[in-house]
Amino acid sequence: MGRSRGAGGAGRGSEDFESDKVAGGGLLDRRLFLGGALGGATAGGAVLSGTTAAEAEALAVPSWMKTPGSTFLGYGQPAKQEAKVVRTFAGQPNSPGTGAARTPHHLLAGTITPNGLHFERSHNGIPDIDPDAHRLLVHGMVRRPLVFTLEALARYPMESQTAFIECGGNSGLLHGEKPAQGNFQALHGLVSCAEWTGVRVKTLLAEAGVDPKASWVYAEGADAAGMSRSVPLSKMMDDAMIALYQNGERVRPSNGYPMRLLLPGFEGNMQVKWLRRLKVTDAPVMARDETSKYTLLLESGKSQQFFFPIEAKSLITHPSPGLTMRGKGLYQISGLAWSGNGLISKVEVSADGGKSWALAQLLGPILPRSLTRFRMPWSWDGGPAMLMSRATDQTGYVQPTRAKLLAERGARAQYHFNGIACWAVSDKGEVSHVYA
Amino acid sequence: MSMLKFTAAAVLVALGSTAVAQTRSAVKGPDLGQPVSAEDLAKWDIEIPPSGKGLPAGSGTVAAGEAVYAKSCQSCHGPKGAGKPNDALVGGVGNLAGKGPALKTVGSYWPYATTVFDYVRRSMPVSAPQSLSNEEVYAVTAYLLHLNGIIGADDVMDAKTLPAVKMPNRDSFMSLYKSRK
Repeated sequence: MGRSRGAGGAGRGSEDFESDKVAGGGLLDRRLFLGGALGGATAGGAVLSGTTAAEAEALAVPSWMKTPGSTFLGYGQPAKQEAKVVRTFAGQPNSPGTGAARTPHHLLAGTITPNGLHFERSHNGIPDIDPDAHRLLVHGMVRRPLVFTLEALARYPMESQTAFIECGGNSGLLHGEKPAQGNFQALHGLVSCAEWTGVRVKTLLAEAGVDPKASWVYAEGADAAGMSRSVPLSKMMDDAMIALYQNGERVRPSNGYPMRLLLPGFEGNMQVKWLRRLKVTDAPVMARDETSKYTLLLESGKSQQFFFPIEAKSLITHPSPGLTMRGKGLYQISGLAWSGNGLISKVEVSADGGKSWALAQLLGPILPRSLTRFRMPWSWDGGPAMLMSRATDQTGYVQPTRAKLLAERGARAQYHFNGIACWAVSDKGEVSHVYA
Repeated sequence: MSMLKFTAAAVLVALGSTAVAQTRSAVKGPDLGQPVSAEDLAKWDIEIPPSGKGLPAGSGTVAAGEAVYAKSCQSCHGPKGAGKPNDALVGGVGNLAGKGPALKTVGSYWPYATTVFDYVRRSMPVSAPQSLSNEEVYAVTAYLLHLNGIIGADDVMDAKTLPAVKMPNRDSFMSLYKSRK
């Protein structure tokens, strides 16, 4: 039994975990190393290093213990050695502020995205808003139109909810005929997760008094695009929030300072940043971004419109392109899963291109409409492998294969790609994007 | 207590607890919203739905729109809306079906002419949004519709004619959201 052996000595070969194998390609029981005999840093270090005591590097007393460290900073920054952990971005010709900045999930762990790394999609730059001059107008089919200052909103009962936001265009390159070559960030970096704090929209709507005949609410931003979307009133009366805080601090400018609309689980574009206006209506406005964009063109020439909740999806962050594996042995496959329709109920992983699957461990807290981290111990035999993950959410919806998704929607849908993605690992340990 | 009375009491208790739950779920705010004057409201209330409600006075011709386009749009969208370096605005009408890449333009894809007016007025030109007059927005909208073969060279766009324009792709959108209405 692999689990009963003591730690120490040389690293383990894949044969050591024979009895822990749960699927092809060397996938191991998800419970391995969770509170078992091998638990803890000692076992992990010894197993992974593959180094004998005689070969071990000599331990030195480091220089930073012999001189005082640096002084305090007003706003803390990441270690300078982590300077490569940044968003990557691209703008449009003649409009550098129109485009997206992508989260480097391949360099992160856990489920909460640091504020400076939260993805951003903007349609004409980040406005420099004076919070004291900003106003939120609530009007339309209401008993009395009202205007709110930031100071006023701060006196309302606030709530916090953790929620992912994913751009409708995330992973859109996977519609392509050939697998696009890029790392996780380039292919899938338009999703992030934060704890958002603010005021429920329904509290403000109740104060204004919504006409019973109303059914939609038009939301508009105070940016240079006046970015706007129509949102069902039912969502606004449910968990929609005017978010003022992001992971405990004021919402970042790139995410809507001083306030944004949060619609947990819905397409990112609808969660209007720099929110300045909510107009209650009885029909969608048919704004540019809900007609010419964020609609799915099918092969028939028809288009799907108002595709609101993000459907269940999962992706492997580790390993992924750029994270080269260093020799056979034990690794932890890790990734993220999410669903706009509630909780992730399970994630399965395959190391043999989908021939066999095994349950991954879900790491708590598992929250609805939030990123959920999964892990899977893997004994890599040093040969080619194909890694995939498949999420199921609480509604029973199972993340589809790419082939199934494209059979239903064609390859021109552009938005809402949530098909199963595949990483190929070569016998050199290099990881690349492939279609299974 | 008879069974009937007991049942009735249980129902009352159940109703009572439901009422309490509803009161709690509707979080009451401190009522700090301020009234807004009709004049202030009008300045912000700019979106144009398919009905055309809210379209301003004024009008624009195709010829006037050509001049607006040359001055404010062409450097990004190319001659006659052909595109490059930014989105193409003209072409592809009637050619959306198929498996290959589709040319999605104002003419081929946008379902409502009112959206063109709304988007141009609020967002364009990208270097100076909201710098065009309502007359200029009507005119450049007319020009784009004409380039796409949707209106004639002498047609004039205003609050009455613009919402009446039937876009070629108008009936091709299927809503995935089931409104309660």
